[in-house]
Amino acid sequence: MSALLSVDDLCVYFRTEQGEVKAVDGVSFELERGEVLGLVGESGSGKTVTNLAFLGLLPRPPAYYPRGAVRFAGQELLHADERTLRALRGRRIAMIFQDPMTALNPYLTVERQLTEVLEVHERLSRRAARSRSLELLARVGIADPERSLRAHPHELSGGMRQRVMIAMALLCSPELLIADEPTTAVDVTVQAQVLELIRELQAERGMSVILITHDLGVVAGMAHRIAVMYAGRIVETATASALFARPRHPYTQGLLASVPRMDADRSAQLTPIPGLPPDLSRLPSGCPFRPRCPRVVARCEQVYPELIEIGPQHRARCLRLGEETPP
Amino acid sequence: MSDESLRPLLEVTDLAVSFPVRVGGGIWRKKRPLRAVDGVSFSIMPGETLGLVGESGCGKSTTGRAVLQLQRPTRGQVRFDGVELTALWRKRFGARVWSERLRQLRQQMQMIFQDPYASLNPRMTVEDIVSEPLRTFARLSAAERSRAVAELLVQVGLDPRFRRRYPHEFSGGQRQRIGIARALALRPRFIVCDEPISALDVSIQAQILNLLAELRRSLGLTYLFIAHDLAAVRYVSDRIAVMYLGKIVEIAPSTALCDNPLHPYTRALIAAVPVPNPQIERARKHVVVTGDLPSPLSPPSGCRFHTRCPIAIDRCRREEPALLPLTIAGSERLVACHLVREPRADTNSP
Repeated sequence: MSALLSVDDLCVYFRTEQGEVKAVDGVSFELERGEVLGLVGESGSGKTVTNLAFLGLLPRPPAYYPRGAVRFAGQELLHADERTLRALRGRRIAMIFQDPMTALNPYLTVERQLTEVLEVHERLSRRAARSRSLELLARVGIADPERSLRAHPHELSGGMRQRVMIAMALLCSPELLIADEPTTAVDVTVQAQVLELIRELQAERGMSVILITHDLGVVAGMAHRIAVMYAGRIVETATASALFARPRHPYTQGLLASVPRMDADRSAQLTPIPGLPPDLSRLPSGCPFRPRCPRVVARCEQVYPELIEIGPQHRARCLRLGEETPP
Repeated sequence: MSDESLRPLLEVTDLAVSFPVRVGGGIWRKKRPLRAVDGVSFSIMPGETLGLVGESGCGKSTTGRAVLQLQRPTRGQVRFDGVELTALWRKRFGARVWSERLRQLRQQMQMIFQDPYASLNPRMTVEDIVSEPLRTFARLSAAERSRAVAELLVQVGLDPRFRRRYPHEFSGGQRQRIGIARALALRPRFIVCDEPISALDVSIQAQILNLLAELRRSLGLTYLFIAHDLAAVRYVSDRIAVMYLGKIVEIAPSTALCDNPLHPYTRALIAAVPVPNPQIERARKHVVVTGDLPSPLSPPSGCRFHTRCPIAIDRCRREEPALLPLTIAGSERLVACHLVREPRADTNSP
């Protein structure tokens, strides 16, 4: 009951001309205070939509929520009114996005964008807001905070923009930070810096973090727990160490076997996952991973597997979990 | 590759490409050259894959385009099979254009592009796209051409029955296969792969990497494989060249480069790549360099990496290090760093 965030059977469907698209279809997870959850999946797996839904950031219609509930610190979010959400967003729950260039307002200086948050949420004076903003810019590693305050987003480099966005998210000391592919748009040496910063800030403030990414390497060093999503559902969830040491769902195993990694033997062959990521408007019957699965059996066509407990904090959604095969 | 008597298929010497960029405004407005590629040299042996890595703006894609003469080099030579390509440009009506000789030679050198959404004409069918090079260069009857397209599609793992479809009917990975079929149409010997997997879903990337490796084996292709993803580059390349702000800072065999990087930038790059293993990850130090890339419009003096280098000394600020050979544990490599050479004190760059 002490979970900061609990998502229970969340469903997010979209009404489109092609019919109903089940972007998120029965996602449940809990997030403790101070916990970092990695949400891993490919484009269209529902990882971003899950989070946009409970922040009230999806236009309705076309989106609607046929089932499910999301509670944040005891408060129901999914059907909360805009005023309630507005009081939470940016203050107790903050989000950083993939592309800082489109997430920041190109017309406003960094100062205006940062101080506005504090003036609205904490009713600080311009002056107080300015000094708190300066402090945070320095904390996120911006060399000349005074100068950056006066800058417009286009005058900053990609890495600096990402830092400004992180500073903005942290202004009100949120309890939950949602980082949606925070390093996909930056180079690898800058990615290392941004991840390091998020890691430090999380530890220092005891924030909970949901880290959304397609990169298994990124979550490996960041997350305590990982949930792997496929076609709108969580197919496997475990602690980071268990998931990488003993992945049990064929999709997780497939992902791990198909990415080139620096620590592997160079002559080791990659084993691609055959086929294509699923088309959400035309999902196959039974298990959606069935057409690409190396362990498929006839039953997979009929049954959508439940998420089964297979170890301490380790659950996966596959009919063949009982039958052991070497990983 | 080990045969010393073999001549490189591609030899690039002191290649430079600069673009005029307008800076300032009003009366201070002027044009300044942006040196995207600034004196790059490397060679690739027949059948070899050279990986070219670096962060955005380092000039790796411009290098690939200049090798193929899609961009006219400002300086330097590109020898393909012994023929100097930069000398094959002609002046026509005041503009520089390819000569007929270059146009013919270029059949042997093709390119696979990054974005399979932008590099295929949405109004052409798969058959039109893949057969266009054949219509341009090969004198084939319609039936022969049709057979060739079918063979190419099979070769890249596509069903030839899809030939009448349009690019939008395919997924990203399938479109990349169409792009590869087009690149193979004229039976090239050399292909520049420019970030061929970075726009694809994770589960699809290995399919394309393996396809490229298989084609290389079966067709004896030579690749220049350009990417920012060091793990992918390591997987496909025999040797890797690392670029930083328009310069190559290190070239070495893949395993040697990744296991024992010598240049501080190569070290930083490798340290920054996360590994999908929590035990390793938690113990590793990822941030070796701080800050962002400097602007290529005004690159730092001396060694271009000195502003971010953890071990830079005064000399690095003043003097640009040359890319010099070094043999370590039997592997031959090239490094451009004063401090990597310093302990040996054998040669000093001018």
